[in-house]
Amino acid sequence: MNLSGNSPTQKAIYWGSHYLMIAAFVVFALFPLYWLLKVSVTPNDILYTEGVRMWPSRTTWENYTFVLTQSNFPHYFMNSVIVAGTTAIVTTMVAAVTGYSFSRFAFRGKVIIVALMLITQMFPLVMLIAPIFKILAPLGLTDSLTGLIIVYTAFNVPFATFLMQSFFDGIPKDLEEAAMIDGNTRFQAFRRIILPLTLPGVAATLGFVFTAAWSELLFALMLVSSDAASTFPVGLLSFVSKFSVDFGQMMAAGVLALIPACAFFLLIQRYLVQGLTAGAVKG
Amino acid sequence: MASIEIANAVKSYGAVDVLHGIDLDIQDGEFIVLVGPSGCGKSTLLRMIAGLEDITSGDISIGGTIVNELQPKDRDIAMVFQSYALYPHMSVAENMSYALTLRKTAKEKITDAITNVADILGLSALLERRPKALSGGQRQRVAMGRAIVRKPQAFLFDEPLSNLDARLREQMRSEIRKLHRRLGATSVYVTHDQIEAMTMADRIVAMHDGIIQQVGTPIEIYDRPANIFVASFIGSPAMTFLEGTYEIAANGNAGVRIADGALIPVLPAQGATANQAVTLGARPEHIGIVGDDKGGIPARVDLIEPMGLSTLVHVSLAGNPVKIFTLDRPDFAADSIIHITFDMEKIHVFDTKTQLRLPPQSEPHTAKTA
Ligand SMILES: Nc1ncnc2c1ncn2[C@@H]1O[C@H](COP(=O)(O)OP(=O)(O)OP(=O)(O)O)[C@@H](O)[C@H]1O
Ligand SMILES: [Mg+2]
Repeated sequence: MNLSGNSPTQKAIYWGSHYLMIAAFVVFALFPLYWLLKVSVTPNDILYTEGVRMWPSRTTWENYTFVLTQSNFPHYFMNSVIVAGTTAIVTTMVAAVTGYSFSRFAFRGKVIIVALMLITQMFPLVMLIAPIFKILAPLGLTDSLTGLIIVYTAFNVPFATFLMQSFFDGIPKDLEEAAMIDGNTRFQAFRRIILPLTLPGVAATLGFVFTAAWSELLFALMLVSSDAASTFPVGLLSFVSKFSVDFGQMMAAGVLALIPACAFFLLIQRYLVQGLTAGAVKG
Repeated sequence: MASIEIANAVKSYGAVDVLHGIDLDIQDGEFIVLVGPSGCGKSTLLRMIAGLEDITSGDISIGGTIVNELQPKDRDIAMVFQSYALYPHMSVAENMSYALTLRKTAKEKITDAITNVADILGLSALLERRPKALSGGQRQRVAMGRAIVRKPQAFLFDEPLSNLDARLREQMRSEIRKLHRRLGATSVYVTHDQIEAMTMADRIVAMHDGIIQQVGTPIEIYDRPANIFVASFIGSPAMTFLEGTYEIAANGNAGVRIADGALIPVLPAQGATANQAVTLGARPEHIGIVGDDKGGIPARVDLIEPMGLSTLVHVSLAGNPVKIFTLDRPDFAADSIIHITFDMEKIHVFDTKTQLRLPPQSEPHTAKTA
């Protein structure tokens, strides 16, 4: 079927509306980010006085300077990097191994394990806060980054496993059999042949888990009480005082918090794009 | 190079038996073709030899050593997969040298081996390419090359040509044969294409439902099929079967009386008794068309298929479809009546109940049956 029509005008209209729709979507998706940026560079004194404008009449870096030098923010930020980074790596490693075995082996109890993993995804997290707190407290894991990492890993492993499984499913079984006949044990075949081919999947999983852990607020708020172990989403709340919300500083912190996530995706995007297309079209 | 012995090998998936006690001795240097319809267990047997599938019971030995518990990597065999299973992230040269690299072979030796094999297979210009930049036929060659480079004890092939077009398949068929003559390596080749089986095998192993039906040279299998299954599976165009009863006259002449009352003379068969239900099997080239007054059996013409070299005449005889091969160029009108005869020296009598062939009394007891 030729959707774009034949005459040049028809073609122009087709491609014009095509790009118009993409543009509309991009504007819609990115507008909040733009607003974040705009508020973060607006001086406090004109934030409320200028009304709604697309760009302030004056801009300033003072919100950023304050956040970086006067607040606890760099510390929260480091905590978040540690928590999200470790969670992403540990979860992906566990998910790679379990996803592989789900994809390749038939074993007793497989159905039960899959069902259990699905069930864990169905509970509203709020329900689980109290029991998890009860479990972690005697172990000394509340108010600690380790505790957060454990909880995040536990919550992300099921979905990450299914994600990895689908990537392994896309790789023909013949490949590791050929590798085994060529002189590998099964584990060596997995590590030397299958894993390199699953890099897009690994990158997608890393990215997914990293962002989930990076922006998680509920557990970070409930399990951690001290500043020392707070992550940045909790830190953001510190800009909300009893009497006012310091929007400029909050937004500046928000923009800064985007940087590692962006950097991370920049790092993995090469694999990610491959991965998404490879998953869409088999072969 | 090594011999392969399979003794009473059984494979079950849970309660389902896929292979029921396979016994097979493969000589050193022999080219064995496993042939049979889809799902009969050919791949399963091959994968058990490779070590990719556990053996439920029985023994498999390679070169005199029982390998039941050995991992694939320790069996020193090479396998060519139907999907080729080339490593997509490696170049052609890396694909072919991978096994040698794992064995820590010296660099120069690897280079020599690769150059040599690439020469044989005509891959020299493609060594730096990735598999995705190759045609199907070239991929197939790389897969072959990857197996050859290793100089393994035995080669296993699982339908390596089934993804190629007809012409390429024909070409690779003879190339694989030539390679085998050159390397003399023990080979087990799985196919469901009976032409591949006929043209390539030293011995054919015909399988059905997880049981070996017959083992023999291509000509043995073609000329003396052990049972109706083998007779119908091997040969193209396929054998014609006519059910009837066995009759034997006072003078010792025998025949099969078919549904419309016609009597087709046959050689007296071993172990056949008068009035026994038998099935007559005749290959298209063993049925002839004769003049109307020469005593043939009347049959109605259904269809004439000219094939260039020869012509295939489809007729109905007592309601059964019969195919006749002829080098003449007959031009019978559809529905006309012609007369046909059967070459009594060449046609077969099968016991309808046991499906086994009842060889003529003149034939020595040689045909191996399952
Ligand atoms: N994991 C399994 N569980 C249960 N049955 C299986 C399993 N794998 C294979 N089978 C069965 O074993 C039988 C033999 O399979 P196999 O792959 O050996 O057939 P094949 O002769 O190679 O057929 P084809 O010509 O189609 O490749 C089939 O009936 C198949 O359904
Ligand atoms: Mg098969």
